[in-house]
Amino acid sequence: MFEEMVRREAQWLSGEGKNSDIVLSSRVRLARNIRGVPFPTVADADTRQKVLSYVKIAIEKSESFNKGMFHSSSELSPMDKNFLLERHLVSPEFVRDQNGFRGIFIGRDEKISIMVNEEDHLRTQAIKSGLEIKATWQEANRMDDELSKFLEFDFDSDFGYLTSCPTNVGTGIRASVLIHLPGLVLTKEVEKVISRITKMGLSVRGFYGEGTDVLGNLFQISNQTTLGKSEEDIVESLEKITQQIIEYEGNSRVTLFRDAREQIEDKIWRAYGILRYARVLTSDEVMNLLSALRLGIRTGTLSGIDLRSLNQLLILTQPAHLQKYFGSQMNADQRDKRRAEILRERLN
Amino acid sequence: MLCQDCKKKEATVHMTQIINNEKIDLNLCRECAEKRGFHSPLEGKAFPLAEFLASILDQSLQKVPPELKESKCSVCRIGYPDFVKSGRLGCGNCYKIFRPQLKDLLRKIHGSDVHRGKIPGVGEDVMKPVREQRRLQEQLKKAVEAEDFEKAAQIRDRIKALERGR
Ligand SMILES: [Zn+2]
Repeated sequence: MFEEMVRREAQWLSGEGKNSDIVLSSRVRLARNIRGVPFPTVADADTRQKVLSYVKIAIEKSESFNKGMFHSSSELSPMDKNFLLERHLVSPEFVRDQNGFRGIFIGRDEKISIMVNEEDHLRTQAIKSGLEIKATWQEANRMDDELSKFLEFDFDSDFGYLTSCPTNVGTGIRASVLIHLPGLVLTKEVEKVISRITKMGLSVRGFYGEGTDVLGNLFQISNQTTLGKSEEDIVESLEKITQQIIEYEGNSRVTLFRDAREQIEDKIWRAYGILRYARVLTSDEVMNLLSALRLGIRTGTLSGIDLRSLNQLLILTQPAHLQKYFGSQMNADQRDKRRAEILRERLN
Repeated sequence: MLCQDCKKKEATVHMTQIINNEKIDLNLCRECAEKRGFHSPLEGKAFPLAEFLASILDQSLQKVPPELKESKCSVCRIGYPDFVKSGRLGCGNCYKIFRPQLKDLLRKIHGSDVHRGKIPGVGEDVMKPVREQRRLQEQLKKAVEAEDFEKAAQIRDRIKALERGR
């Protein structure tokens, strides 16, 4: 499955939108449950099956979702699920799929999607390229309005939208940005900035979300609390803090280029050289080398490569994408060779 | 490129450190980087709320009245100890039967136990006057505390107008 999709660009990584050289994407997820039905974590198979069909019917009835695909988890292989994870359409929890009867709706351009029976009955997602948190929230809000025409959501006048985990209750919103901070990492300022962000009520994680290392200097910053503030306030505060971080990152780049221009330029050119000529490349190494390239594009060290193709390479060189792209199952060694091949082809 | 320390594994951690204007390049595998004391800036920073939740849930179990420990939600059959163990509620009805405990818990997690965001339904926002009244009551309390009686009187008038409108 998805053989066609792997050759298509992920639109939320188009390189468009505000500050898209530093902020790769903005995402908003809304947690919702159907009134009177046990949450997926405790519901039996029969109930989960029913929820899956309710949501499917709602999507089919609504004109807003008429150009997309719905897949139940039973049609998806583990590699299909990993492919969707790499494309940020599902969560790591969705891939683990312990209970079955899950589903994923993917809008035609992949900017909207709906996970069914993950931790909550619905996780509605909107994602956009660049720093576009407000517009992304508006999109998710529209999807939510549309779905609530067909589904009655569990809602309490004091607690708001009810969710399986009490950390999501209220607005059920998780707004996040994927942000590239090589300057702060190289100048060792990043830990200070992270602890400052955490104190302001936001959480910081690595590229693939919960429990992962920071690869390629990519961080995901999101709101932590969901109750007591409006969605607009949550979104606005994330936007403001992100703008501050962009400023810190800019300052650290100025420092780097003032104190160590040659070293940094050397690092960028070496990364370019390795990516263009190496024969074996691991996924972690590529993430880090692409980070140097991204820095090089922004600072004008490199020319002739655009953010758009760089973003696509970031996704295309992930394990499940590589295997879909070449149409065969491969072990890690085979993937490392193919990965180098694809990079040579795209960068030369 | 091989790790410069063990010279066996592929170097995946590449760092350029600049100390006193002098550049040091490091190319290490993950294990050797850890041995040298380098770690990911996110290390040990699990999703803070999840950890926090686990710790306060344990505490909350001790304060729960004994009869609640025995009772189960009539819809999903989850009991309070189950919730403490998994950190997950079973259904919307759980929020009703464990209400007092949850109010306390939500205040600790979110710093609030009142929703101020979106209300379902695309039609008329029926909850809007209720929320507005709640907001005004809070302002009134603050004004009284600050002994700003002129402002307090104004807010009282607005609350009255809101009540008449319903
Ligand atoms: Zn229940």
